[in-house]
Amino acid sequence: MAAPTIRVDVVSAEEQIYSGEAEFVVLPGIAGELGIYPRHTPLLTAIRPGAVRMRIPGQAEEEFVFVQGGYLEVQPHKVTVLADTAIRAKDLDEAAALDAKRAAEEARANKTTREEIATAEAELSAALAQLEAIRKLRNRA
Amino acid sequence: MAGSKEIRNKIRSVQSTRKITKAMEMVAASKMKKAQDRMRASRPYIEHLFDIAMHLAQANTEYRHPFLVPREAVRRVGAILVTTDKGLCGGMNTNILRLVLQRHKDWRAKGVDVDYVAIGNKGLGFLNRMGANVVASVVQMGDRPHVERLVGPVKTLLDKYVAGEVDEIVVFYTTFINTMKQEARSGRIAPVPRQFIRPSGEVVKADAKAGGWDYIYEPSAPELLDGVMRRYVETIVYQMLAENMASEQSARMVAMKAASDNAGKIISELQLIYNKTRQAAITKELAEIVGGAAAV
Repeated sequence: MAAPTIRVDVVSAEEQIYSGEAEFVVLPGIAGELGIYPRHTPLLTAIRPGAVRMRIPGQAEEEFVFVQGGYLEVQPHKVTVLADTAIRAKDLDEAAALDAKRAAEEARANKTTREEIATAEAELSAALAQLEAIRKLRNRA
Repeated sequence: MAGSKEIRNKIRSVQSTRKITKAMEMVAASKMKKAQDRMRASRPYIEHLFDIAMHLAQANTEYRHPFLVPREAVRRVGAILVTTDKGLCGGMNTNILRLVLQRHKDWRAKGVDVDYVAIGNKGLGFLNRMGANVVASVVQMGDRPHVERLVGPVKTLLDKYVAGEVDEIVVFYTTFINTMKQEARSGRIAPVPRQFIRPSGEVVKADAKAGGWDYIYEPSAPELLDGVMRRYVETIVYQMLAENMASEQSARMVAMKAASDNAGKIISELQLIYNKTRQAAITKELAEIVGGAAAV
């Protein structure tokens, strides 16, 4: 018998990123990485920038989606990710992420007010998470 | 019969009108594509968000967000009206304003007061003429929906809701169905309704579940629900505006196409009349000359 699956929808305000069945999903929750199997108890949480990994039935490679933050709803048969921005793994660009990281670090060094620092740090953490996702992807390949 | 000079002037004036309507048609057609893409792109997001909001409305939580608690009696309603800034887009604004007027009468008949937030010039003008109570407004939004500009005015209404001055928040907007068809809709956004209507007219009901939904909240329910609810309202307003803009450009393109076609028809009719009068004048002149020659 095939392993049970859970429906995964990743949407951002700009587009529907991913929609399909998965055997297992890993998500970057605000309180730490979450691993979701089918029939998980209902859960609502914020997510931080990071990679969403999905194990797709009948597919050796895991599916990767990078999210910039947002909200996550888990129901026994469904996972919905409302991402602020989401990027498919294949669209991730290491050079662009490195540039973003450098820019964010510079911005943090130059900023003075607390608000500006907070913005810069948010940008930096997003860039770092993107790089992290790229590295994970590369290690597998 | 009108003189041929007047007819010629008339033809020229209709021709220049047609030039304008033709140009507007083409501008609208090019803007329409982008507006429609934008509106379509964010539809899945709002549907999922609505889904979650409807689940939350049924969830048993220790913390009840004001948006999730239905009020017992509705004494005052807050309405958000989305219209276009400019006219010349067919019956689109007329339809939505007719709906507003009808709902307004129903409310007044029940003794319910209404506070309006007007988004778009046409709606604001209409509400002012109607003598309605407008608490906030945004006009001149350009071609892209900007959430930042909407947040302030919408928040005035949300604050009133949370403070208990307003018991229900209703939105009026135009849904984009296809290029030829747009529909005026109204719907409640707070308290969060139990169903929501897709642009196709399909009704999506909240999946009722005995005992309601029980969630695990991370980090904590109040923080999370506030965030989700803020996102919910912002996204709805954004989507309404995106739908409105896509509808506006489509309606304008269709209206201007009809205007250009009509102008073309009028021109060819006038041309016929012009030819006839010219011919009649020539015939008359000839007859006069022949008559005069015969008399000599």
